[in-house]
Amino acid sequence: MSGYLESQLIILCLNVIYAYGIFLPAASGQLNLGAAGFITIGAYASAYFNMSGAPMYLAIPASMLFCAAIAFVIAFPILRTRGVYMVLATFAFAEVVAGLIINLEFLGAAAGYPVESHADFLVVVPVTILVVLLCFFLMSTRLGLAMRSIHDDEAVATLFGVDVRLAKVAAFTIGAALMSLGGALYGHHYNYIETQSFNVLLSIYILLYVLLGGTQTAWGPLIGAAFFTIVPETLRQIAASSGQEWIADTRFIFFGAIIVLMMVFRPEGLITRTLIDRVAMPFAGGRGGPGGRSGPAPTAKIA
Amino acid sequence: MADNVLSIEGLHKSFGGLKVIDDVGFDVRRGSRTALIGPNGAGKTTVFNLLTGVYPVDAGTMVLDGRDITRVPARDRVIFGMSRSFQNIRLMPHLSTVENVMLGQHARARRLGDLLYPLGLVPGNRWARAAKEALEDAGLDTYPGQVVANLPYGVQKRIEVVRAMVSQPRLLLLDEPAAGLNQIEAQQLLALLEKVSDSGVTLLVVEHDMHFVHNLCDHVAVLNFGRKIFEGTPAQVNEDPQVREAYLGSDTAMAGAAHAS
Repeated sequence: MSGYLESQLIILCLNVIYAYGIFLPAASGQLNLGAAGFITIGAYASAYFNMSGAPMYLAIPASMLFCAAIAFVIAFPILRTRGVYMVLATFAFAEVVAGLIINLEFLGAAAGYPVESHADFLVVVPVTILVVLLCFFLMSTRLGLAMRSIHDDEAVATLFGVDVRLAKVAAFTIGAALMSLGGALYGHHYNYIETQSFNVLLSIYILLYVLLGGTQTAWGPLIGAAFFTIVPETLRQIAASSGQEWIADTRFIFFGAIIVLMMVFRPEGLITRTLIDRVAMPFAGGRGGPGGRSGPAPTAKIA
Repeated sequence: MADNVLSIEGLHKSFGGLKVIDDVGFDVRRGSRTALIGPNGAGKTTVFNLLTGVYPVDAGTMVLDGRDITRVPARDRVIFGMSRSFQNIRLMPHLSTVENVMLGQHARARRLGDLLYPLGLVPGNRWARAAKEALEDAGLDTYPGQVVANLPYGVQKRIEVVRAMVSQPRLLLLDEPAAGLNQIEAQQLLALLEKVSDSGVTLLVVEHDMHFVHNLCDHVAVLNFGRKIFEGTPAQVNEDPQVREAYLGSDTAMAGAAHAS
């Protein structure tokens, strides 16, 4: 595999892992703009454990546990907020993490931090596949069903016996562990980390992957992250190979237009439940329901 | 002593300075089909919300099947044998019919092993089978895999009843089940509720449609301004002067009473 393709594959894998970390809370109705914070914790924790003598295959799980513990603790105050306030709370968390680390001398402060062990794509790709499989599994379980129910109607889910807080905390914490896994892999692949690499723009992009990909099925973040990783890069490649500089210069205009069009025509994300049903859902017995986006219940009556 | 599945005593609830429920008490006999009626704003839905734990009560007790549920958290009450449907349909719009019904099973599947069971990956697993059977029993077997948002209103109403039933309640609370249904849909719903009642489940119904109440229920409690003003059979309820006053106003009620005398 060429170096270029390999580097693109790594970026794609990392974005997919990050996206699933945001997807799990999003599937249960929580908007998390704190991706950069969890990624930073994962990257620095794993690098630190590794530097302190732990081999990479121990440092990475340890960083995931560490990040999950932090997420579990902050989940209780953060999950008391809703909607845009939760976006702000998680964003603030990420800023706090960045602010802390840039002041910690033993983590290199503003100079960044070198990472010892190297993880090439033979590590990153299989781990990514495992993450995808884990998320598909989780969403197919009763816990996944409870999460999707909470997304639709928290009060009713409660009345049917769902422990709403437990499910939300679980989704938030598992998501944080996945993001820290992504961050750790980032550190071990590039062997150098600095807080500036994990800024709010990264959090916004990851949330966009998930929301535009669709939060109803586990396909959403995979397709969303793939789409938004591959399309801009392909546009850049086309520009470079055809010598049409203007494509490279204006690609973000096209890209922005695509995002707006998607919000207009696929308001619930690129991949919706109904779309999957129409493509084929062998085990649910749904052989193509009535088409159209799922939206508010129609008030049609039996004639 | 009567065999009551639900006993409510001295129930009080205020929202700020507004007394919404003022010393309400009544019993629901096991196996009965009890209606809770009253004018708009009488507090009927609030009684349901207190029963299911959506709001905490200010005072009073609620005993379900011999167990005091007044302080039990909302998510545990379903285990004690109570389930409900809603005034405005509150199925999960993004879930399929079967998945909505499987949500009703949640109270019986809260162990870790059940929570992590891959319902969507094992074709014909026992939970999905049970949900499909419940839908079949209700005559709704044509739509298992469809997202409910696209189904007709009357069908959604009946799916709500099925979802509530799979939690295996002893008491089923129905909040205006017939609201917004046409005559055929109301008939289908009535048939389903009669089947549910015949299976031994007690029904407590909030309903405006008196025709529906007469067809379904054998006992009626009437609320007005947060107080219980009458309890008796559906036949008696039309004759009660206080009930007539609550619904029609005092002049009309007196005129009616004058006619009656």
